Amino acid sequence: MLHIKCPHCGMRSQNEFSYGGDATVKRPELNKEVTDQEWDNFVYNRVSPRGKHFELWQHLSGCRQWIKVERDTATHEIFKTYKANEEIA
Amino acid sequence: MQKYSIFSLVKNALTGHQNWDLAWKDPNPKEEYDVVIIGGGGHGLATAYYLAKEHQITKVAIIEKGWIGGGNVGRNTTIIRSNYMHDENGLFSEFGMDLWRKMSQDLNYNVMFSPRGIINLAHSDAQMNAYARRGNSMRLNGIDAVLLNREEVKELIPMADFSDNVRFPIFGGLMQPSAGTARHDAVAWGYARQADSMGVDIIQNCEVTGFDVSAGKIKGIRTSRGNIKAKKVGLCVAGSTNILAEKLNMTLPIETHLLQACVSEPIKPVLDKVVTFGAGHFYVSQSDKGEMVMGGDLDGYNSYAQRGNLPTLQHVLTEGIAMMPFLSKLKMLRTWGGIMDMSMDGSPIIDKTHIEGLYLNCGWCYGGFKATPASGWTFAHTIAQDRVHELNAGYSLNRFSTGHLIDEKGLGTKTWIS
Repeated sequence: MLHIKCPHCGMRSQNEFSYGGDATVKRPELNKEVTDQEWDNFVYNRVSPRGKHFELWQHLSGCRQWIKVERDTATHEIFKTYKANEEIA
Repeated sequence: MQKYSIFSLVKNALTGHQNWDLAWKDPNPKEEYDVVIIGGGGHGLATAYYLAKEHQITKVAIIEKGWIGGGNVGRNTTIIRSNYMHDENGLFSEFGMDLWRKMSQDLNYNVMFSPRGIINLAHSDAQMNAYARRGNSMRLNGIDAVLLNREEVKELIPMADFSDNVRFPIFGGLMQPSAGTARHDAVAWGYARQADSMGVDIIQNCEVTGFDVSAGKIKGIRTSRGNIKAKKVGLCVAGSTNILAEKLNMTLPIETHLLQACVSEPIKPVLDKVVTFGAGHFYVSQSDKGEMVMGGDLDGYNSYAQRGNLPTLQHVLTEGIAMMPFLSKLKMLRTWGGIMDMSMDGSPIIDKTHIEGLYLNCGWCYGGFKATPASGWTFAHTIAQDRVHELNAGYSLNRFSTGHLIDEKGLGTKTWIS
């Protein structure tokens, strides 16, 4: 079982969280011409690295806040967690 | 190649089983091949076999990082079916069903194909309507489908929970009688043995470290056992597709996730169908050894771990016990995990790429094993003819940007997110 340190509530079990995918994906800017390729990259294409991965989780059964988690996809080691509005260092 | 038969079995039994030929050789990589297939799983081995058999291309190598059949072809729950609604999936899978039926004879290897039928349970009127629609679509594509009412289901699987006070009562189900199971390892070994006998080099313990591409054309691959020149290269590495794509500077509509399965202790024959729970994601069948083979949801977050996590297993088995309460009495024998290519619409990709001579076979999600023969057959065609076959034309890489998704579950993008 993963133990995720919610930046608001502290260390909690994985069971309280739901997963939200790659946190590095950026929506194309509003009011700007968007190419099909840019839209494709935003909606569908993912790097899905083996190793360090920045991802979104929601503390669904806790404070209900979205957070960012830096986790290793091969070992499941969690290095650091961030509030949703914090920039990834 | 030594032919397997009752006579060869008796003959070798009398001589103490000392004279069997090796089923496949262990060659060193040659300098150059016409086609290199990366990935010695079911799909890779089948591709090499059909390249040799259907297209007479035998200067072929299979490059496998570990050992053949050590990945998902040896880790799945062995279910074979074609109960899809969409034409692309239905026709492709039904073509595969035909290959499954002939496989043991074709490969001279008993893959223990057992068309015992699959039942998808329905737990509401709305679900019965949806199943009726899917069943009709299947029948229009020539696939057998039978809509069962509650009593008919009860006759077939009386051990399921038909009591009145359950959260998800069984309303009925959709059955594909011709679906079933097969011995997964035998499929890998059968394809490997035949491919090897036709001249394919099966090169194990050989990791691909890079690709040689010049002027938009594939020239060869770099491996832990030296560089290999190749006119054409096919990727068949479900679970590791993203890792190799990164070496090619490609970003694909795929995430890598972990799927678990488990078996119980062996018990006497109790279940002669494959059954899926309709109010969640759980499936069960009984193996020839008597074990109950079970599986369900992904662990839910990107993973290359090839081992599972307990919360998901607990969740999946809770569904199992809701469907068949007797399962709670069984001891768990083994659990394991494999890593899946989860494509963004839940359907696979078998296509050419923007690099000339590089072909892609990936995105099999939960359903790679049953697709093994059809995937190998169509991928071999795509590689040999340098064009997709009509059976895999829908499984294109660019369908995501053009909007031609094959959204079998009607859930839109990232169908696995719960």
